[in-house]
Amino acid sequence: MGRQETFYELIRRQGISRRNFLKFCSLSAASLGLAPHFAGKIAHAMETKPRVPVLWLHGLECTCCTESFIRSAHPLAKDVILSMVSLDYDDTIMAAAGHQAEQAIADVMRDYKGQYILAVEGNPPLGNDGTFCIPGGRPFVEKLKEVAADAAAVIAWGSCASWGCVQAAKPNPTTAVPIHKVIKDKPIIKVPGCPPIAEVMTGVITYYVTFGELPALDRQGRPLMFYGQRVHDKCYRRGHFDAGQFSEKFDDFGARAGYCLYKVGCRGPTTYNACSTTRWNEGVSFPIGSGHGCLGCSEPDFWDNGPFYERLETFPQFGAEMSADRIGATAAAIVGVGIAAHAGITALRQAKVKPNKPVAADERVV
Amino acid sequence: MSIATPNGFQLDNSGKRVVVDPITRIEGHLRIEVNVDANNVIRNAVSTGTMWRGLEVILRGRDPRDAWAFVQRICGVCTGVHALASVRAVENALKIEIPENANTIRNIMHLTLYAQDHLVHFYHLHALDWVDVVSALSADPKATSELAQSISPWPMSSPGYFRDLQNRLKKFVESGQLGPFRNGYWGHPAYKLPPEANLMAVAHYLEALDFQKEIVKIQTIFGGKNPHPNWLVGGVPSPINMNAAGAVSAINMERLNMVSRIIDRTIEFIDQVYIPDLIAIAGFYKDWAAIGGGLSSKYLMSYGDLPIKANDYSPGNLMLPRGAIIDGNLSEVQDIDLDALDQVQEYVTHSWYKYDDEQKGLHPFDGETVPNFDIGGAKGTKTRIEAVDESAKYSWVKSPRWKGHAMEVGPLARYVIGYVKGIPEFKEPTDMVLQKLGGAPVTALFSTLGRTAARGLECSWAAHKLKDEFNKLIASIRAGDTATANMDNFEPSTWPKSARGHGFVEAPRGALCHWIDIEDKKIKNYQCVVPTTWNASPRDPAGKIGAYEAALLDTPMHDPEQPLEILRTIHSFDPCLACATHVLDMEGNEVTSVKVR
Repeated sequence: MGRQETFYELIRRQGISRRNFLKFCSLSAASLGLAPHFAGKIAHAMETKPRVPVLWLHGLECTCCTESFIRSAHPLAKDVILSMVSLDYDDTIMAAAGHQAEQAIADVMRDYKGQYILAVEGNPPLGNDGTFCIPGGRPFVEKLKEVAADAAAVIAWGSCASWGCVQAAKPNPTTAVPIHKVIKDKPIIKVPGCPPIAEVMTGVITYYVTFGELPALDRQGRPLMFYGQRVHDKCYRRGHFDAGQFSEKFDDFGARAGYCLYKVGCRGPTTYNACSTTRWNEGVSFPIGSGHGCLGCSEPDFWDNGPFYERLETFPQFGAEMSADRIGATAAAIVGVGIAAHAGITALRQAKVKPNKPVAADERVV
Repeated sequence: MSIATPNGFQLDNSGKRVVVDPITRIEGHLRIEVNVDANNVIRNAVSTGTMWRGLEVILRGRDPRDAWAFVQRICGVCTGVHALASVRAVENALKIEIPENANTIRNIMHLTLYAQDHLVHFYHLHALDWVDVVSALSADPKATSELAQSISPWPMSSPGYFRDLQNRLKKFVESGQLGPFRNGYWGHPAYKLPPEANLMAVAHYLEALDFQKEIVKIQTIFGGKNPHPNWLVGGVPSPINMNAAGAVSAINMERLNMVSRIIDRTIEFIDQVYIPDLIAIAGFYKDWAAIGGGLSSKYLMSYGDLPIKANDYSPGNLMLPRGAIIDGNLSEVQDIDLDALDQVQEYVTHSWYKYDDEQKGLHPFDGETVPNFDIGGAKGTKTRIEAVDESAKYSWVKSPRWKGHAMEVGPLARYVIGYVKGIPEFKEPTDMVLQKLGGAPVTALFSTLGRTAARGLECSWAAHKLKDEFNKLIASIRAGDTATANMDNFEPSTWPKSARGHGFVEAPRGALCHWIDIEDKKIKNYQCVVPTTWNASPRDPAGKIGAYEAALLDTPMHDPEQPLEILRTIHSFDPCLACATHVLDMEGNEVTSVKVR
């Protein structure tokens, strides 16, 4: 009878030394809040247990994250599913239904206690005792908490799980909340976006499998490698912004010439994501590349940051009420201060649209 | 107790109750309960949508031009259909006309979704109902190769190819970590394919998974990303620039060449892989041409779609046929008026909402949505439902009716309507499939198998239409027209004080319409009635059952504990529950009745 490669064999084959592997196990134990001797247990599990089981749950959502995931070109989604992880539960693609499907969760929770990854697409509604989402005849929030309890780590796929997204936009009729509001004792990797870019999703998974550690995260829990810079920072139209060349309306001369879309509402200057570099669908394009401004879909509460076709009216760091016309003329001169100043835009912008809600210091990038 | 429904079905809930929750391999959350008799034949069926998001409530007070982005997030599987319905509704309300190129590009975007979505449905959401993955391990790769080459010229068909794949599959299965295939119904006697057909189908399951991501690149070119590409009220956001500075940032020769190449490959894949597989697999399941018919022989509806010329949504200008068939009268296709208050109406007698008078249905322009999670005499509690009470409220899905009738929507409805209208591009392929299935009569269409076959034919139809629309775009550009957006009435200052409109779309899953009410430049009210609301509908006050419930009746089950037969029929509709379960209060009242903490 053949035997599936264990996680340890897999990462060794990928060139990871045993020393680094053990270091990863220590870090994992520490990140899970476990005593040092658990590192040995984790190492043992990784060496003897096969692929990391993943339980992928769906709350209130639209399945765009799953659809994005299967668009991954490198690696192919099928290779992630067949060779890198063991996707033991995902109601969108799994063969079993009903209690056979639910049994898969129970079995993994029992056999891989503390070792499986919980991936969450969508979020739990808390209103009306959670009854706005009752797969299996009971509130999703209960299932989420149960499965999270014994997970090694949690991935929040997309803006629903990370921030709340569309169903949490005002007035949030179902009281939908991001998963960190109900899972408080586990490391959560946030991979926001509506949806996230496919290769960012598989990139996060393969980073973990290849390097044997969780990727570096920012203070909000997003992988720095994909969310460390704004769309605007690496936008190929940035030169037009700096030169004051803008499209004034759709399909005008500027639009056809590829000028900056800031004046037709682009949120690139306040959006942290990899769209302008990694791009979408194997690098084919990204929203700005196809003539539409960025909606800011990976940012918290972006739905309440509209109307989408009105420009971000001010850039506070450039001085009071400075408009894009003047920014265009002056930006080149002050590009040196840009990096530090830019980092503050998101926080200021959010503070502005949510005046009644205090912004927790640890929840905002400053 | 046995009762006859007004739409011609017999229900008996006295037998053993079987609950399947979650129904997997669908979009969203769906629960099905059935009662089986002593011979394990389904005698009662209950369809329950188990989620509600309230998106239309969220839209109130927002900029109508932004609505497409919100409603697009109703569904990421049929991505774009709600956005398209939304921009059409806004344009209808504000009397905005779009350029011809914008119409053609929208058609290309929409047809791209048809091709990708139907393909993914067949292989990744539906195939495992018919294909036994474990049986593929005992296939002879050489015989598999012969089988594949006998039905298609598709080149990936050598014995070595199937042997390699089988080895990978063996290693996977023997590891004991079956991933998404875990706890499947492998070895179930209802699986009829020989091992070689199973191995071929598994190979194509994986190939289709790789290929579907290529198709959607067309949406990425015009819309910037997929899922959830960008749309625009007044046209499309992507400008055309063929021959001037900056063309590299617009639709240019290189972009168009990429679109053309993807279309050619899509046609090739669908016609050389999907269609031959569909016909080969169907040949082993001819008995399913007599199972799962439900409403399809009597009540079918399609709004029609894909305007040939821009801004004309009349039936004669639509590539997909429009009309309704009622009472099984195939000789008459009735007209549909989406603004008529007595045609499309929604009931909530059996849905978790409240009306003042629940005996009445309300047109979307007059609709109300007040959540009311009352489970009646269900077994269990509100947070531990063991069995719903179908005599009370039992679903987050409302019950839409057309002139009082429960209707089935989707590819089968479109094909039957196209067939009875005598439109050759729908009739001829349908006759071809019937003939390949041994000269089956037209009534064989009214079945689980018919639904699945119509979707396959439509996928091929869409791929070929993509080519036509692409050629139309090229011809238009060659004639000197490069306009893609009409911004004349984009600014709210140009709008009337109040305006109302609707936008309809034939989504891959069926008839979809959005209704919008604009006042003082803002959305006053917004309502969607979507395909899966029609198909997954619970009962209405008269007791008429919806398409899912009707289609499950009289189905023999081999073992009620292994609900493969239920999955086959439900999947043949391609359910999309996130679409089905969000509704709006057009009158703007009582949102506060939702407890917000």
